[in-house]
Amino acid sequence: MTAPQTSPAARRRPPPDGMVERRGRAYWLTHLGLIIGVAFIFFPIWLAFVASTVSQPEIVRPPMPLLPGDQFFANYREALFSGINAPVALMLLNSGIMAIGIAVGKIVISLLSAFAIVYFNFPLRRLFFWLIFLTLMLPVEVRIVPTYEVAANFGMLNSYSGLIFPLIASATATFLFRQFFMTVPDELAEAARVDGAKPMRFFWDILLPMSRTNIAALFVILFIYGWNQYLWPLLITTDPSMNTIVMGIKQMFPSGDDTANWPVIMATSILAMIPPVIVVISMQRLFIRGLVDSEK
Amino acid sequence: MEKRVKFKGILLPLLLVLPQLLVTAVFFFYPAGQAIWQSLFIPDPFGLSMRYVGLGNFEFLLSDPYYRASFVTTAVFSLLVTLVSMGVALYLAVLADRLIKGSGTYRTLLIWPYAVAPAVAGVLWLFMFNTRVGVVTWYLGLLGYDWNHVLNESEAMGLVVIASAWGRISYNFLFFLAGLQAIPRSVIEAAAIDGAHFWTRFRTIVFPLLSPTTFFLLVVNIVYAFFETFGVIHTITSGGPQQATTTLVYKVFADGFVGQDLGSSAAQSVILLVVVGALTIVQFKFIERRVHY
Repeated sequence: MTAPQTSPAARRRPPPDGMVERRGRAYWLTHLGLIIGVAFIFFPIWLAFVASTVSQPEIVRPPMPLLPGDQFFANYREALFSGINAPVALMLLNSGIMAIGIAVGKIVISLLSAFAIVYFNFPLRRLFFWLIFLTLMLPVEVRIVPTYEVAANFGMLNSYSGLIFPLIASATATFLFRQFFMTVPDELAEAARVDGAKPMRFFWDILLPMSRTNIAALFVILFIYGWNQYLWPLLITTDPSMNTIVMGIKQMFPSGDDTANWPVIMATSILAMIPPVIVVISMQRLFIRGLVDSEK
Repeated sequence: MEKRVKFKGILLPLLLVLPQLLVTAVFFFYPAGQAIWQSLFIPDPFGLSMRYVGLGNFEFLLSDPYYRASFVTTAVFSLLVTLVSMGVALYLAVLADRLIKGSGTYRTLLIWPYAVAPAVAGVLWLFMFNTRVGVVTWYLGLLGYDWNHVLNESEAMGLVVIASAWGRISYNFLFFLAGLQAIPRSVIEAAAIDGAHFWTRFRTIVFPLLSPTTFFLLVVNIVYAFFETFGVIHTITSGGPQQATTTLVYKVFADGFVGQDLGSSAAQSVILLVVVGALTIVQFKFIERRVHY
C-alpha cells in the first residue's frame, strides 16, 4: 500500500522488494504501534504470572515486583493440590469434563438433526426446523431462574449432567451442519441410494468423513465456550468439589475485609487460561475457520 | 434451498431429531414458557402461593427507577465496550495490514486472549486496579490520582468496560484484518497514484469498503456486551457501587437469586427475550444484506 515512486531515477531502480521505500520512519512506527498493542494485551497476563511466582508479603506491600520471583513451584503446588475451597486440580478436571461434554454433546445432537432435516422428508419437518431455529440466539443468561428450577427438579444440581445438558440446547451447530450438508453434491447420496446403502450407512461412511474439518473447527469453538462458562456453573454447583475453575476463582476471594491470597488466586487464573489458550494457538487455523463459520 | 435426493422413511428421521428436540424442549421451551407464566404472578412472602397480577410486574418494573437505570447502564456499558474494543482492534488491524511480512506473527500474538474467560479477565483487571495492592492504583497514586472503583461509580464503569473490551479485541482484530486483506490492492494503489495520502485513502476507500465487517462486528459486540460480560461484572464490582454497573442480565441474577424476587426476575427475563429477539432480527436482516454484497 505504498505510493509508487514517480521520479525517473526511482523508476530505473530494480523493483522494490516489499516495502523497501517505506523502510524508514513509517515502517518502524507501524511495528512500534503493533508492539504497544501487543504489550497492552499482554500486560495483565504478565502481572498475573509475576504475582503467581512471588510470596504474599511481596504483593501486599505495593508496588509489587514486575519480574518473576522464586515461589513458582510453591504457589502452583499449593493451588493445584490444596487450593482454597477445593484443589484446583479437581476444578480443572471438572472444567475439562464440562467443556468436552458440551462440545461433544452439541456436535452429536446437531449432526443427527441436521442430517434428518436435510436428507429426509418427514411430517412436521418445517416445524422442527423452526423450533430449533428459535433457540438460535437465546443465551442461558436470559432464562436462568426457570432453567435452574428444571435442573433442580431433575436432581441435576452439583452434577456433570447439570453442568452440561442445559448448555447444549442451542442451534448454532445445527445450522452450521445444515449449511455444510447443503453443499455436499447430490450425486453422492444418489450413488449411495442406487448401491442400496441404508441412510445411516451413508451418514457414517460418507457424510461424517466429509464433515471432519467442520467438526474439528466447531469443537475448538465449543470447547472454549464450554470452558469459559461462568454464570451457569455458579448457580448449579454449590459443592466446592464440583466447581469449575473459571467460576471457582471468584469463590477464592475471602468475604469481608481479609486480604485475598493473591499468589494462589493468580496461579489459579493462569491455570484457568492455559487449556483454552493452548487449544487456540495449536489449532489456530481451525479456530479461525470455526469463528468465521459460526458467524455465517 | 432443498436437496433433490432424499432418503425414505419417517421413523428414522424422527429418531434423529429427537435428542435435540428433547434437550431444547426441556431446557429451552419449558423454562422460557415458565418465565412468561411466572412473570404474571407475585409469590406471597412465604412462597406458599402465587397471586395473579396480570401485567403488574411489568408495570412495576417499568416505573422502577432502578430498573430504568439498569437499562441506561446496559446501553452505556455495551456502547463503550463495543467502541473501545472495535476501535483498538481496527487500529491494530490497519497497522498489521500495512506489513507485508509479519502480520501473521502479530495475529498469533493478538488472537489468543479470545480464549481467556470474561470472569478470568475480570480477576486480572481487578488485581491491577485493586485499591490496596493494585500496581496501576499504586502508580496512579504516585501521580496524585486516587483510584477507588469500590466507591467511585464512573471508575467502576470504566474498569468493567476496559476488562470486557480487552478480551474482545482479538475477535474484532481477526475480522477486521480479514476484511482489510480482502480489499483489492489495485483500488488502493489507484488512489495512491492519484496522490491520496494514507488518511485520505483510509477515510474515503478503506473504511467504506470495510463497512460490512464493521456493521457485523457492531451487532455481534453489542450482543456480547449484553450477555457474556456477566463474569466480568460479577468478579469486579458485583453490580456496584450503588448499582452503577448493574446491567440487565446482572439484575435478572441479582433479583432472582440473591433477592429471591421471582415474579420480577421472570418479567425481566421476558423483557430480555424481547430485546434478544429484536437483536436477532437486526442480525438476520444484516446477514441477508451481506450475502448481496
